Amino acid sequence: METLLFYLFATLSVAFGLMMIMARQAIYSAVCLIGVMFCLAGLFALLSAHLIAALQILVYAGAVMVLFVFVIMLLNLREKAGLRSVGDMATQLFFVVVLGVLFVPLIASYDAPSATKLAEGFGSTAGVGTLLYTDYILPFEIVSVLLLAALVGAVALAKTRMR
Amino acid sequence: MSAYLPDLIETMVKIAIVLGMNIGFFAPMLAWVERKQSAVMQDRIGANRADIFGFTVIGLFHSLADAIKLIFKEDFIPRGADKLLHTIAPLIAMIPALVTFAVIPFGGHYVLWGHDVNLVIADLDVGILFVLAISSIATYGVVLAGWASNNNWSLLGGLRAAAQMFSYEVTMGLTIIGLVMYYQSLSLVEIVAKQENFFHWGIIWHWPAFILFLACAVAENKRVPFDIPEAESELVAGYFTEYSGMKFVIFWTAEFIEVVTISALCVVMFFGGHQIPFISVQDIVNYLMDFGPNVANLVAAVIGFTVFIVKVVVLIFIQMTIRWTLPRFRYDQIMKLGWKMILPLSLVWILIVGVLILAGIMPTP
Repeated sequence: METLLFYLFATLSVAFGLMMIMARQAIYSAVCLIGVMFCLAGLFALLSAHLIAALQILVYAGAVMVLFVFVIMLLNLREKAGLRSVGDMATQLFFVVVLGVLFVPLIASYDAPSATKLAEGFGSTAGVGTLLYTDYILPFEIVSVLLLAALVGAVALAKTRMR
Repeated sequence: MSAYLPDLIETMVKIAIVLGMNIGFFAPMLAWVERKQSAVMQDRIGANRADIFGFTVIGLFHSLADAIKLIFKEDFIPRGADKLLHTIAPLIAMIPALVTFAVIPFGGHYVLWGHDVNLVIADLDVGILFVLAISSIATYGVVLAGWASNNNWSLLGGLRAAAQMFSYEVTMGLTIIGLVMYYQSLSLVEIVAKQENFFHWGIIWHWPAFILFLACAVAENKRVPFDIPEAESELVAGYFTEYSGMKFVIFWTAEFIEVVTISALCVVMFFGGHQIPFISVQDIVNYLMDFGPNVANLVAAVIGFTVFIVKVVVLIFIQMTIRWTLPRFRYDQIMKLGWKMILPLSLVWILIVGVLILAGIMPTP
């Protein structure tokens, strides 16, 4: 059952990813990206990381992508008539090939860790929270300060624009 | 396979209960309540024309008449609209409203014919987060509807909805952090189980969180006074201006089911779910033990479910009353309320709860 679900989510996420870059309209790309996020959440859930799965949907599919769609609507990016130009297709093909070649040694050198039994409560909210506030407290706090700085920066930029 | 069969049947029955309750009962009833209550509150004689052989049954047949009328209406897709997105947008709005019910417990734990029955479709470790995550998806239904209609009213409605729903999602998550700290769990089943003692009901300590949460939830559902995305005096009908027939009904039903979901969530988090104050499920089962354990458990389950529904109906009534009491907010007022008032207040509440728990004044159950 789990293997079946894994293949389902994996295939779907690749399919959505392809559709995202192939779509001619920005809004369809956004919708496909939401699909990818959902499939990734499914994969996380299969890895017994339920918290990460919920956060994946809440933060990426729910919040980040809403802003994408919002901007697409605000700029009113409607459909462009006609098919993709040959130049576009060539560029895409070029990058697919280059990245594919770059990935081959990476995948070949990847040494999959042997299966280990997960600790009790692994991936649960309490487990992740305890890890974040004990072993990883310094990176966690640094990231928070970084995000705060970005937030203040964005507000400052928007304010100067208004004056 | 046979070992899974009872579980499969159990889950199917529970899904049938939840779907039947929402689509079959609450959606048409709420349509009627909304009409009748507005009539009473505005001192009108409302909704009493539809009849069958002269019987009007205080306007109840209007829901039936509406359903029949809307099913047979033409399904119109405007020229230049995006057909695919126009069609799936109502479904994206509807499905999250129903899916959130999967983690809301509508009863307790009972033993029927040697089979453990937990009256919740899925007891997730991350229950509350699941609800927030899935309800954040509902935004797309509205936004895509506004986009796909190829109409400026719709587009403006969709934009307003995106900004409003996004703002209140953030705040809604923060308003219930204090409650999660108090119950030490995100699982809704566990939260209900910890409210067995009446003095541990969420509302006792967390009434500020309840007020903030309800305000956010109503705003998230885009109902009056937060219905700026569909403000009929400015935007015709906002994001669903170009919808008719069945698709329009789906939007409509989704809104009503969300009202039910919000009420059910409030009941589960703040009002003890299926529990009756001072009478535990075990008390009822023990009292009825003379009729055999199965009957006792079954009766207890029915009582629990009924109590849950009664509480939900009371909260629905509160939401409906809010709808006919307050005028619509302006856009800037909605944004100011969300970001400058409810958000700081909920942060302050988290701090207060933290201090109270650490100081031992608010013992966690």
